[in-house]
Amino acid sequence: MNDTIQSVNPSDDSLLIGGANLHSRLFVGTGKFSSHEIVPQVLEASGSQVVTMALRRVDWKNPQENILNYMPPNTILLPNTSGARTAEEAVRIARLAQAAGCGNWVKIEVVQDQRYLLPDNWETLRATEQLVKEGFVVLPYMSPDLGAARRLQDAGASAIMPLGAPIGSNRGLQTKELIRILIEEISLPIIVDAGIGRPSEAAEAMEMGAAAVLVNTAIATAGDPVFMAQAFRLAVTAGRMGYLAGPGERRIEAAASSPLTGFLQEG
Amino acid sequence: MFYEQITEWQPRLTESHWASFRGADVERVLARETLRPQDLAVLLSPAALSYLEPMAKKAQALTIRNFGRTMGLFTPLYLANFCSNQCVYCSFHAGNKIVRCKLTVEQALKEGKAITSTGLQHLLLLTGESRTQSGPAYMEECVHALRPMFASLGLEVYPLSTEEYRRLYEAGIDSVTLFQETYDEITYAEVHPAGPKRNYHYRLEAPDRACEAGISAVNIGALLGLSDWRRDAFYSALHADYLQRTYPGVEVALSVPRLRPYAGSFHSSAAPVTDALFVQIILAYRLFLPRAGLTLSTRESPQMRENLLPLGITRMSAGALTSVGGYSETDNVGSAQFEIADERSVPEVVQMIRAKGYLPTFCDWVNMRERNVVAQ
Repeated sequence: MNDTIQSVNPSDDSLLIGGANLHSRLFVGTGKFSSHEIVPQVLEASGSQVVTMALRRVDWKNPQENILNYMPPNTILLPNTSGARTAEEAVRIARLAQAAGCGNWVKIEVVQDQRYLLPDNWETLRATEQLVKEGFVVLPYMSPDLGAARRLQDAGASAIMPLGAPIGSNRGLQTKELIRILIEEISLPIIVDAGIGRPSEAAEAMEMGAAAVLVNTAIATAGDPVFMAQAFRLAVTAGRMGYLAGPGERRIEAAASSPLTGFLQEG
Repeated sequence: MFYEQITEWQPRLTESHWASFRGADVERVLARETLRPQDLAVLLSPAALSYLEPMAKKAQALTIRNFGRTMGLFTPLYLANFCSNQCVYCSFHAGNKIVRCKLTVEQALKEGKAITSTGLQHLLLLTGESRTQSGPAYMEECVHALRPMFASLGLEVYPLSTEEYRRLYEAGIDSVTLFQETYDEITYAEVHPAGPKRNYHYRLEAPDRACEAGISAVNIGALLGLSDWRRDAFYSALHADYLQRTYPGVEVALSVPRLRPYAGSFHSSAAPVTDALFVQIILAYRLFLPRAGLTLSTRESPQMRENLLPLGITRMSAGALTSVGGYSETDNVGSAQFEIADERSVPEVVQMIRAKGYLPTFCDWVNMRERNVVAQ
């Protein structure tokens, strides 16, 4: 990422993905909530413009149960391919989402491991290649691996979404060092997805230079989801501002006020 | 194969082994992040009965984290009740004088329509074990007809070959439910005195064959109360763990059926599963397998279902009928498999789930084999 304080005006710090200028860097998921009625309140409190939902849970036959009917206008829908075990299945779900009017953004989620729900980078890459060719704005959810991220970038992904920890685990940035490398080496926006359990962890990801974070479980399963959505909004903003402000260097020792080599300047 | 694990554990699971655990052992297990089979044994032991509340708290938190405050809904559709088995605990027993019938494809469609009018989109298809009356080709015809109407189709029938599972998967079956009934080979032989179901191993390995055929979800379980519940619960959870590890892409779920009254006179000689023990089993399953689905049928009373809901259950049947042709009240109604304890309608169950602070989920699957299904 190159947008340091020198190149970006913090007052106009939007994130450009798939032709959209996003002023919110918090993406929100819609799973695990106790009712659909709470979702609009959560979205409003979060300030999020991009909202992900599993196509498998969109109930087309019962309007009252259809999560899409609870989305505020102008929300960018990010259908995800939850349930897909192969690239082919992910491609099929993406096409179904598009045909159903969910737009052309897709978060690819290909999981062949039901214990940890860890993504399969290889199948994810294959699905990305295909869907980019079909004109989708592709945001792949992936295990943070530099080689895979470079291939996803070459395949035409619009952003890279590495996991901080397994989905729903609320364990925070367990893969921090690998995400840091992706932020350094990949020119696409890095959006930390999965694992973020606390607002402070979202702030930390943003301070590191992540372009955005995606949060679902931490908000949906909080005691007060609306209040927690607001907390994440503030944390993401604070973390982003901290990143743009250019934090001072972190040192192991205190900086000596009387330098040991000060005598060299004398006389 | 899983049978090796059964033979490995068999000599250890004695009465004195269960009795050897103390409260401190339970506390140690509750402090662990991931549980091993020996920890599962502790949670099923008599010592754990005094720890149901802390177990419940942990089970609830784990379930919410992994599945959210949601409850998947499905309903069974009995296609046929012809059966060549003689399971001593089941109404479909070949020797029982009940009304036998099977639905034509048109009648199955009528039933499907009646079910979709309630909003339900996850359907479980059932038959008795009769290759002549309800063979795989008949199932396939029904699957083809019903597939476009539902988000997912499950199959709960007698064990099939890998090739048969593959054909049914390709026809549109997403999940397979199959209960071993009991993992105890001696009891198994006693309660299945005749018929193809006598083959313990063919049944035990059926979930493997379903997984190998490409099925994306399997649901297993023991009929609790048929034999020693402690061992059956232990093996059920261990079996689910084995399937998760062997087929990591498959969603594995456990059901918790308790013996119900039926059209016959069977009385199990095993100790009954009291409500407290039933809760203990459910909690032990959840703590041992945080990512496994837990399915609760209408065999349990409304009050029991309501109380169990927040303890780890992820899926419930609703508005269920176990008779053939019952939903659309065709002329062709066959006898029911077991008495239903929760006879509430779908809207009533939905209301109960909402009142408990959970989201009833009618749809949690996409048919990945056909295009444009969701766009109808």
